[in-house]
Amino acid sequence: MIVLEPRPQPSRALALLSPVIAIGLTLLAGGILMALMGKPPLEALRIYFFQPFGELWMWATLPEGEREMWLYIPSEVIVKAIPLALIGAGLAVCFRANVWNIGAAGQYTMGAVIGGWFALSAPADASGLLLAPYLAAGVLGGMAWAAIPAFLRVRFNANEILVSLMLTYVAGYILDWLVRGPFKDPAGFGFPQSEDFQDAFIMPVLVEGTRLHLGVVLAIVIAVALWVMMGRTMKGFEVRVIGAAPRAGAFAGFSRNRTIWFVLLLSGGLAGLAGAIEVSATVQQLQPQISAEYGFVAIIVAFLGRLNPLGALLGAVILAISYIGGENAQILLKLPKAVTGVFQGMLLFFLLGCDTLIRYRIRVMRPARG
Amino acid sequence: MENFIIPMIIAATPLLLAAIGELVTERSGVLNLGIEGMMLMGAVVAFAVANATGSTPLAILAGAGAGAAMALIFSVIALSLLANQPATGLALTIFGIGASGLIGQGFVGIALEPLSKLSIPYLSDSTALGRILLSHDAMVYLALALAAGVAWFLYSARGGLALRAVGDNHESAHALGYNVVAIRYLATLFGGACAGLGGAYLSVVDTPMWGENMTAGRGWIALALVVFATWRPGRLVAGAYLFAAVSILPFYAQAVDTFLCGRAPLLCFGDSEDKLLTLLPSQFLAMAPYLATILALVIISRDVNLTKANAPACIGRPFRAER
Repeated sequence: MIVLEPRPQPSRALALLSPVIAIGLTLLAGGILMALMGKPPLEALRIYFFQPFGELWMWATLPEGEREMWLYIPSEVIVKAIPLALIGAGLAVCFRANVWNIGAAGQYTMGAVIGGWFALSAPADASGLLLAPYLAAGVLGGMAWAAIPAFLRVRFNANEILVSLMLTYVAGYILDWLVRGPFKDPAGFGFPQSEDFQDAFIMPVLVEGTRLHLGVVLAIVIAVALWVMMGRTMKGFEVRVIGAAPRAGAFAGFSRNRTIWFVLLLSGGLAGLAGAIEVSATVQQLQPQISAEYGFVAIIVAFLGRLNPLGALLGAVILAISYIGGENAQILLKLPKAVTGVFQGMLLFFLLGCDTLIRYRIRVMRPARG
Repeated sequence: MENFIIPMIIAATPLLLAAIGELVTERSGVLNLGIEGMMLMGAVVAFAVANATGSTPLAILAGAGAGAAMALIFSVIALSLLANQPATGLALTIFGIGASGLIGQGFVGIALEPLSKLSIPYLSDSTALGRILLSHDAMVYLALALAAGVAWFLYSARGGLALRAVGDNHESAHALGYNVVAIRYLATLFGGACAGLGGAYLSVVDTPMWGENMTAGRGWIALALVVFATWRPGRLVAGAYLFAAVSILPFYAQAVDTFLCGRAPLLCFGDSEDKLLTLLPSQFLAMAPYLATILALVIISRDVNLTKANAPACIGRPFRAER
């Protein structure tokens, strides 16, 4: 008989090793899935997970003029990772407090909506200095949307999981209405989209020839700041105590309600920032589809990063690879886009399963004779 | 009126199926947030079987099986490996959305034969009451029978007592000799099968078509319904019909306006003073079920006594037998 036996201390090594094992198991299961679908498994996995940064090693061997081309795909991975890292870092803090904000997709959408509203109502030839208030508008949009579940949870004890999720659908409809109504581009040939943002509201590109933009700096700075907050400040300690032992936290004078407000506004604000950055950097206008599913995928990012804001950076890169790989596989192997979701779901399954090993060891026991 | 009630009953059925299953799961102390994923898998597998065999009963059974298989994945990770239940449920939903899209990619655009409706000569079609009560497909009645069966099981059967004991205090239930994990496995699998049935109803009976993400949040609404019903099957049935009424409102905006403005002209304005709901953009009407869900959650949750009275005390807490 196989039983789980608690470890005296949670294993730190396995806490770091578990994501690696989970990724390995995902690759294995993914390969089996590919074989079942009649695709060459190794080739498919190579395209999915290694091609996005696979040719990087060739970079040094290339002549001067062609190097940029090889930087392009890895830079696309980073571009995809930026919103995932921002949302994931916020969710890591939120989940640490045992508050389940799963409506980051809605907060992301409202960040894009409020930011977009600011950008679209600015006078022509706006100064580039307005980028900062544009991003702040995005943060406020996300915070406002996360304030609703926070208020309803604190005041009425309404479940934040369900409220934040329902608001995701509402946000989607608000965006849809805006781009077909008030924000619709009159010169857009009837397409549901806003006017293009002015140059002032476009994230500045950092590396010529790629789409790598200023957001990467923001994502890293914010992740480091949150990491310091969680590990080195009283606020971070409060969040961790409330999450792990709310009663002990209450005796220490920490307020559960204040923590709920804090982590929801923080994660909502970061999701809103991600939304504002993403529409500004990629589509450069508002449309009905603005990749709001990042809000859900960032949940995996947070867990993959061990609910640590710095870990979320790494988790975001791994999930971004699966996105870019999925796009490559769509073209090269005619695989449907949905495969990416299957891989992402499996990754979270394996990760949660492997995490058991942090707190327990597996013992094979002979059934006792009595 | 009957033109509104009949679609309402159809819309309520998948919600009721999924929610009654989750009610049983939660009563055993397990919080499975993966209903949306289980419904989608039920929907796509049922559609595939219906498309291949032409047999609706077989298809619906397969949908239930697919939902249960998904619930088994959840159970292994959350109940045997003691993982965090909300996170495992979310993984189930993400996986279900992806996997159903993958399986269903060849089915987009295919339509199935609609299921035959109950038809009792004279009774089913001559009066409005007859049409409202006696003119539906078998699944409508099955969902209601299932809810009645669950109510009986929970409150009158020995097994139901064990299930509630496990959900309310797993330590004591274990000490009494109940196998907590086994009972939770069964309750979770039942929940999955019901969610699969709900999904199958959507793809095989209601629309009869497959579309990616066709559940459109119904799994989450079903979760909210369980809270709204304060974990009681009778209230769950009422809640499902109420939510269904709100969710089909957008399609009846015109009719509602005619009905309301004829009686209360003060409320209405517009071109010929006969508009209320139709003045709103369609997106605002489409938000209605989600906003109604939030409102319902707030109304129920603010009264702590109401929720605490029936909420399973051990919900979401993993259990590991010490001895």
